[in-house]
Amino acid sequence: MEIQKKSISKASLQKLIEKLNANGRKIIAPVKKENLVEFGFISGLEQMAEDYILTNQSAKSAAFPKFEKLFSYEVTKNGITQSDSGNTEFPELVLLGVRPCDADGFTSLSAIFTWDYHDTQYTDRLNKTTLISISCSKCDDYCFCTSVDGHPGNTKGSDIQLTRLESGDYLAEIITEKGITVMNLAPELFANAPAVEKEKYLALVPSRFKAGEIAGKIKSLFENDIWIEQSLRCLGCGACAFVCPACACFDIQDESKGKNGIRLRCWDSCGFSLFTLHTSGHNPREVQSQRWRQRLMHKFSYMPERLDVLGCVGCGRCSRACPVDMNIMEHLINISEVQA
Amino acid sequence: MLEIRQKAKELLESGKVKVVIGYGKSTNNTTRAVFIRKPEDAEKLVLDESCVQNLALYLYKHEVKHFGKEAVVASLPVLRSMLQLGAENQIKDQEVIAIALTPEKKVVELSTFAEIEKHVSLFKHDLTAEEKQLLKKINAMTLEDRWEYWNKEFSKCFKCYACRQSCPMCYCPRCAAEVNNPQWIPVAPHQHGNLEWHLMRAMHLAGRCINCGDCAKACPVNIPLNLLTYQLIEEINNEFKYTAGTSASQNYVLSTWKLEDKESFIR
Amino acid sequence: MNHQNLYLPYLMTIEKVTEEAPFVKTFRLKFKNEEEGSRFSFHTGQFGEYSVLGEGESTFCVASPSTRKGYIECTFRQMGRVTTALSNLEVGDTIGFRGPYGNVFPVDDWKGRNILFVAGGIALPPMRSVIWTCLDTRDNFKDITILYGARSVDALVYKHELKEWNERPDVNLVLTVDPGGETPDWNGQVGFVPTILDKLSPSCENTIAVVCGPPVMIKYSFPVLKRLGFEDENIFTTLENRMKCGFGKCGRCNVGKVFVCKDGPVFTLKQLNELPAEY
Repeated sequence: MEIQKKSISKASLQKLIEKLNANGRKIIAPVKKENLVEFGFISGLEQMAEDYILTNQSAKSAAFPKFEKLFSYEVTKNGITQSDSGNTEFPELVLLGVRPCDADGFTSLSAIFTWDYHDTQYTDRLNKTTLISISCSKCDDYCFCTSVDGHPGNTKGSDIQLTRLESGDYLAEIITEKGITVMNLAPELFANAPAVEKEKYLALVPSRFKAGEIAGKIKSLFENDIWIEQSLRCLGCGACAFVCPACACFDIQDESKGKNGIRLRCWDSCGFSLFTLHTSGHNPREVQSQRWRQRLMHKFSYMPERLDVLGCVGCGRCSRACPVDMNIMEHLINISEVQA
Repeated sequence: MLEIRQKAKELLESGKVKVVIGYGKSTNNTTRAVFIRKPEDAEKLVLDESCVQNLALYLYKHEVKHFGKEAVVASLPVLRSMLQLGAENQIKDQEVIAIALTPEKKVVELSTFAEIEKHVSLFKHDLTAEEKQLLKKINAMTLEDRWEYWNKEFSKCFKCYACRQSCPMCYCPRCAAEVNNPQWIPVAPHQHGNLEWHLMRAMHLAGRCINCGDCAKACPVNIPLNLLTYQLIEEINNEFKYTAGTSASQNYVLSTWKLEDKESFIR
Repeated sequence: MNHQNLYLPYLMTIEKVTEEAPFVKTFRLKFKNEEEGSRFSFHTGQFGEYSVLGEGESTFCVASPSTRKGYIECTFRQMGRVTTALSNLEVGDTIGFRGPYGNVFPVDDWKGRNILFVAGGIALPPMRSVIWTCLDTRDNFKDITILYGARSVDALVYKHELKEWNERPDVNLVLTVDPGGETPDWNGQVGFVPTILDKLSPSCENTIAVVCGPPVMIKYSFPVLKRLGFEDENIFTTLENRMKCGFGKCGRCNVGKVFVCKDGPVFTLKQLNELPAEY
């Protein structure tokens, strides 16, 4: 579908939010939560955080929450009954103010969740979510989207993308059918696009390495000591995986109370020692350096090879959240420079 | 700072140690853990106010131990962790060399537990005035308010276990939360699972925590876990007049009894 | 599966329980919903996630052959939480089953060839499915040899079927137990499986080898087969790895660029050699 270029004023954006609320959709946007900026429900623009690079956590919870019920069951003398999780109950959501990298994260997640088997838990939620991203006018030292085929004005994964202009109004690019649906709720709020160069309003994110070269290089380094060197300080926690917009690994657990129970799934991380542990006690990835290697290989080599998509959007959240500064961008530059 | 580098260089050159764990510059004007193995790399060591991570947990990390005998640039929390780890038989006497600073900021090499104990006794270990203030504030809440407060804080938790992984005292190869038969602690990050995890961990740390605060610093969603540790330390001190991490031969306070204990059922 | 929720299992009734060996049981399972049962089919080599609701799921191959309809079977050893819960169930109880997942033994490609099956211990179950599939279409293949060994006579599984295979003139069955595992009346071989394989010295000419067993048995059997001249692409094995979802999403069984649950569990030695040793 060809991108339609429109504009929307700040006042109209406020009216759009009200219109969406009235239409039965919940709006989620970056809000200040003590000294962090996280996603939260808003009913008006004034509740939205200003002056943020990006939120602490990614937006993936909209389609892949940290914990969700898969189905519930009841075990009685007469047998077992199971009831579906009720996918029709998922709410209509609008994610306003996600960054282009966040929206692109859904591309990676969708590649995994629709690979041959369609995970309706994920797809049903995503189908009910409209992404209105805001392009980046600034970045910090942790951002590296341009090194992983991304861009501060990237529209991949977004339904509408807003770019803030000098006047405080926004250039609004309507990218998908879902975007058109939102626009058609209140077409009077959208005006013709001004003649502007979008690039002028975007941050300059320096390119640090080429993702394509990493994919080739990283494979040849499998047996290299670089993984031990890079992961010496790694704690083996799940902070990086959980804040990452492209990480999809999960655990499945049963929880019962008497005869009723649920089977649920929750976030998991390949960095945990328990992740690959067999019941026999054998662990294919016994030490942290092997798990660190897996993280990077999976994102930069295996996923591109199998699913034609990178497992990283260059948002830098992992590096910001890491308690010991495992700066992934630094490690990738390191890899691109090492002699195999 | 220069003396730290000099000391590290000497230790590596003489072959006395094979790795010096310390702090080095990181990418964003702060510092992070480094593992120096070549004498010429000792230049990379720094020591300033940003060097706060408790490095003691690296002492028993497989890949680090693999290098050989370790030395560690040891702040007071690191030294106290070393003593507590020693008391719990996780490191042996003279197994690790600590490079510490006296109250006058002079660099000293401490190679035995006895030397570390003596050094540690030069410093005060009470909660600071600020910490006591924070504790007072939360203890002034009603039970209902406090329940609401903690549930709200814990609702942010997504079970990344950064708190556990950054703590030197959480060294169990199989954490109680990782046992599934029975599943003591629900895995999922819902209200029940989060509450049980944090409270269980606090209980397992009572009498062992030395208040380095790394758990709270490591938490990616800023749960004030330090409040839990302040409470533990105050309770243990008040009830048992006991301070963790001051001796490598102290027994675990919650499982050691003395004839003088006030509970009469002991006698 | 006919329902959209990928995680919702079929409900199965335990129709028959066989105690194969100490701590090892076989369940014969029938679909509670007959319509689902009649529509269900799988291919030999595939596996499923078997669950006790409230305890969790475990990954086992479908041990019955794809040529038999109306039921599926699984064999498992009691090891952890879920297998212990399964072990405590009886005929008439209900369990969950999700599947079939994974790739298949390319039995059609083996037509007209000799098949050599080499199995050890609890790894006979994945082989049993493919062995019976071949025996049920016996004319498609030339010589069939089965070499199976276990730690002791008692530890041999499918004892009833071993007897059946032994009595068939169109199957060459060689049984062995580890040294020290024999009983006074044992008239099979005594020795580790790789040792007996070496002794047997089967011809590699026009032969497919299927090898399943504990890692140590595999480690010593492959070199024997290579020495006998078997090509890498004619040696098949199954891998197992910790699994949860079973269809390539949870990430657990990812080894190199493959997912054991999707690209496996059946692999040739050629494919195995391209993988990092993370299984």
